[in-house]
Amino acid sequence: MDTTTAYLKKNRVFNCLECGKCTAVCPISRFNGTYSPRRFASRGIFYGSGDIGKDNLLWSCLTCKQCSLVCPANVNYSEFMRDARVEARAMGFSGNPSHSGALHYIMEMTASPDLKQQRTGWITEDLKTCKEGEILFFVGCLPYYQDFFSKDLDFSPIDIAKDSIKILNHLGIVPVVLEDERCCGHDFYWSGDLENFMKLAELNLKEFEKAGVKTIVTACPEGALTLKKLYPEQFGAVSYSVLHLSELIAENLDKFKLNEIKSRITFQDPCRLGRYLDIYEAPRKVMSAIPGAQFREMQRSGKKAVCCGTSAWTNCDSYSKQIQSWRLKEAKGVGADILVTACPKCQIHFRCANKNEENGKNIDIEIQDLVSLFASALA
Amino acid sequence: MSTKLSSITKKKTSEKKFTPRIVVFACNWCSYAGADNAGVSRIQYSPNFRIIRTMCSGRVTPGMVLKAFKLGADGVLVSGCHLGDCHYIFGNHRAIENFERTQAIIKTLGLEEGRLRLEWVSAAEGPRFGQLIDEFVGEVTKLGPSPLNNSNRRK
Repeated sequence: MDTTTAYLKKNRVFNCLECGKCTAVCPISRFNGTYSPRRFASRGIFYGSGDIGKDNLLWSCLTCKQCSLVCPANVNYSEFMRDARVEARAMGFSGNPSHSGALHYIMEMTASPDLKQQRTGWITEDLKTCKEGEILFFVGCLPYYQDFFSKDLDFSPIDIAKDSIKILNHLGIVPVVLEDERCCGHDFYWSGDLENFMKLAELNLKEFEKAGVKTIVTACPEGALTLKKLYPEQFGAVSYSVLHLSELIAENLDKFKLNEIKSRITFQDPCRLGRYLDIYEAPRKVMSAIPGAQFREMQRSGKKAVCCGTSAWTNCDSYSKQIQSWRLKEAKGVGADILVTACPKCQIHFRCANKNEENGKNIDIEIQDLVSLFASALA
Repeated sequence: MSTKLSSITKKKTSEKKFTPRIVVFACNWCSYAGADNAGVSRIQYSPNFRIIRTMCSGRVTPGMVLKAFKLGADGVLVSGCHLGDCHYIFGNHRAIENFERTQAIIKTLGLEEGRLRLEWVSAAEGPRFGQLIDEFVGEVTKLGPSPLNNSNRRK
C-alpha cells in the first residue's frame, strides 16, 4: 500500500459518497468556486497525492473541520488535507505563506536550541509570575504578534497575555511564564511541516518538565489544542493537563466581582476551541456573567461557526477577506457592538478585514478578546 | 531571490577566526549604485558581505530579513536612498516602517539589535558605503556569530 492509499484509508476518504455537503458548508467554496472539498476527495481517490499536491488550492483549506461535521460518511477531511500537505511538501510545494513568510521564519528560528529569546519583557511589576511551579501560563506567539501587528492593526496582542495573568493573579494563582518557551508548532503541523513541529514540541516538553509543570493554562485555542491533543499523539502520554483560560474562569466565576459593561456582544467560536476541543459553553458562561452585557448569538454559531478565513498563515487571499467581512457583517447584523473572540489569530484577521474599506466605509464593529473583555470588567 | 539568499548563507568554512557573513539589501537607484561607485573608485573595504539588489528599500519586507537570519546571516544591512530622494517617492518611508517592525522581532528572538541596520547611501557616496561596511563588519565581529549560524542552516 503506497502512502497515498494509506492516508486516504486512515482518513476514510474512500467512504466519500460524493454528496457535496462539505462543499455546501465550506466557507472557502462559498466565495471561491474553484475550490471544492468534494472534488478534492475524489481527485485524491482517482489520481492520488501527485495530482492534489501540485494544486495550490490544497493550501487554501482552513482545516476548520466544518465539512467533517456534516459529512454522512465520516470523512476526516481536515486531517486528509494535512496528510496531503505532508506529501506535497516532500514534492517541493509549500503554498503561499502570508506576510512574505515572516511568521514562518520566526517559528522556524525558535526551533533552534541555541536561541535565547527575550520574550518576557512585557511582564510589568503588578503582574505576579514565577519561574518554577505547577501552573504554567503558555503565552504562545503573542510577543511576536505584538511586534508584528500592533502598529498596523492599532491594538496590542500582548494585552491578552497581561490580562490573563491579571485574572490568574486574581484567583490567587502565580503562574510560571517561561523565558525559553517556544512556538507550539500548531502552524507547522497543519501546514505539513512535521520536522519543525517535532523539534519545537521536543524543546517545549523539555522546558515544561524542567519547570515541573502539572497544569498549563493558555489564552490561545491553537496552543491548547496542540499541547492537549497533538503532543500526546506524537509523544505518548504527557505529564500535564491543559486548560483554556475560559474554562478556568467559568469554573471560578463566583470568585470574581465584576463591573457593569453596557454593550451588546456576540461571540465568534474559534474553530480550534469549538470544533476541535468541544468547548462551547465555557466562553458563553463567562460572557453572560458580565453584568450589563447583552449576549446575542449569531445565526452560525457553536458547531456551525464560520472560521475567521485564514489558517496557519498560508494562502490569505481575497476570498479570505470576503469570508471575514461576511462574518463581520453577520456580527453587525445581530446588533452587536463588540465581536468577542477567544483566539488572538481570529482577532488579527478580523481587525485586518475591518480595516479594509469596502464600498467606501468599513464595517465598524469593535473586536475584542474574551480575556480582555473579562479583565476590563474586573472590579 | 530565495535561491540567491540561500546560496549566500550556505557556504561555510570552519576557520577559527570569526569572519562575519553579512547580507546587504541595496536599492537599485541609490545604494547599489553607491556600492558600484565604491568599486570603480577602488576603495578598499571588508569583503564579508554579499549584496542583493532590490528595486527599492521599501521592497525589503520583514520576511526577507528574517529569512536571511534564519539561514545563518550574522548581520543584515538594509540600504536605500536618502529620505526625500526615493525613486518611488515614499519607498524609504516604508523601509523605516518595515525596519522598525523587524528590529522589534529580532530583539524578542534574542538576537542583538546591532545585527540589523538601516542606512541611507546615495549613488555618489561610494566612500561612505565602504566606510559603512567596515564599521558594520567591525560591530558584528564584536557581537560574534549569530546563534542561528550553524544550528538551523540547510545542509
